[in-house]
Amino acid sequence: MQGRPRSRSSLRATLLVLCAAAASAADSPQLTAGVFDPPRMAPDFALRGSDGGELVLSRFRGKVVVLGFGFTTCPDVCPTTLATLASAHKKLGERGGEVQVVYVTVDPERDDPERLRNYLKSFDASFVGGTGSANVLEAVRNDYGIAAQRIVRGDSYGFSHSSYTYLIDRAGRLRALMPYGSSADAYVHDLLILLAP
Amino acid sequence: MRRAAASLAAAALAACGWLAFAPIESGSRDEIFAIPKGTWARRMSGDPVEILPSEIRLTVGVRDVLVLENHDDVPQIFGPTLMMPGQTFRLPFAVASSYVFTCTAHASGQLQVIVEPFPATPWARLSWRIREAI
Repeated sequence: MQGRPRSRSSLRATLLVLCAAAASAADSPQLTAGVFDPPRMAPDFALRGSDGGELVLSRFRGKVVVLGFGFTTCPDVCPTTLATLASAHKKLGERGGEVQVVYVTVDPERDDPERLRNYLKSFDASFVGGTGSANVLEAVRNDYGIAAQRIVRGDSYGFSHSSYTYLIDRAGRLRALMPYGSSADAYVHDLLILLAP
Repeated sequence: MRRAAASLAAAALAACGWLAFAPIESGSRDEIFAIPKGTWARRMSGDPVEILPSEIRLTVGVRDVLVLENHDDVPQIFGPTLMMPGQTFRLPFAVASSYVFTCTAHASGQLQVIVEPFPATPWARLSWRIREAI
């Protein structure tokens, strides 16, 4: 006789938990970005940072990281993306301090730490760039599925490169991919979701 | 004979009316592309397996979520992403436009996703249904 009420109450409790979980799932906001399921850990890397130190991705654990790839003489894609990110960072206000933009160059010949620093600070002084040897940068790109093809233009050259950015959560997991052309508001929307406890 | 032709015309008119005015509903908004298990092994043996077309067409509000699934045993560059085994990538599109992604799986090096606006007018619904049927 004592077993039945317990079983009923535990059934009720289970149902309540399930309902709460379902309601929570239904209410949980959706990212506008492309979502990886299940998320994997973002591959770590150690590069020469534009801040003069070593740029180790895992040192940003606890922050949400926006990771992009490009080069400082990029005529269109990179300036557009970085201006969008600067706008999103500004819109986040104080919460912007919990977000770190990391930009890894695909052009190690020209983009040394100083050049990266000067370039990035024209968008937002908090943005950090990373460079390294061609081999090291290629390994990083391979880890993230980033393509970069050198294109010769007269006596100069440029790159055709993947234009999306990755969103990495506080725990260092690769959560989402933001397509090129996403608005600052879309970034703010998704970053706030990833910043939520 | 004339009555049969009139009936046929009426039926065609009714069909066109339905195609143009019936609301478009979609069971799922996912457009799924999957890498089957063993794809890597097939490629290694010289079989040029194509998973993704170089052009994908989606429609806002009807089928507007690109879903990539890697069922193979090895990581794959799949469309714009590096997919680990067992991983799924869902990319929703909310704005009608043409999106170009780098995709090393294609000879052109690009994957184009054309996202069309929701067919809101009768003519747009008619065109959309005909295109879907072809």
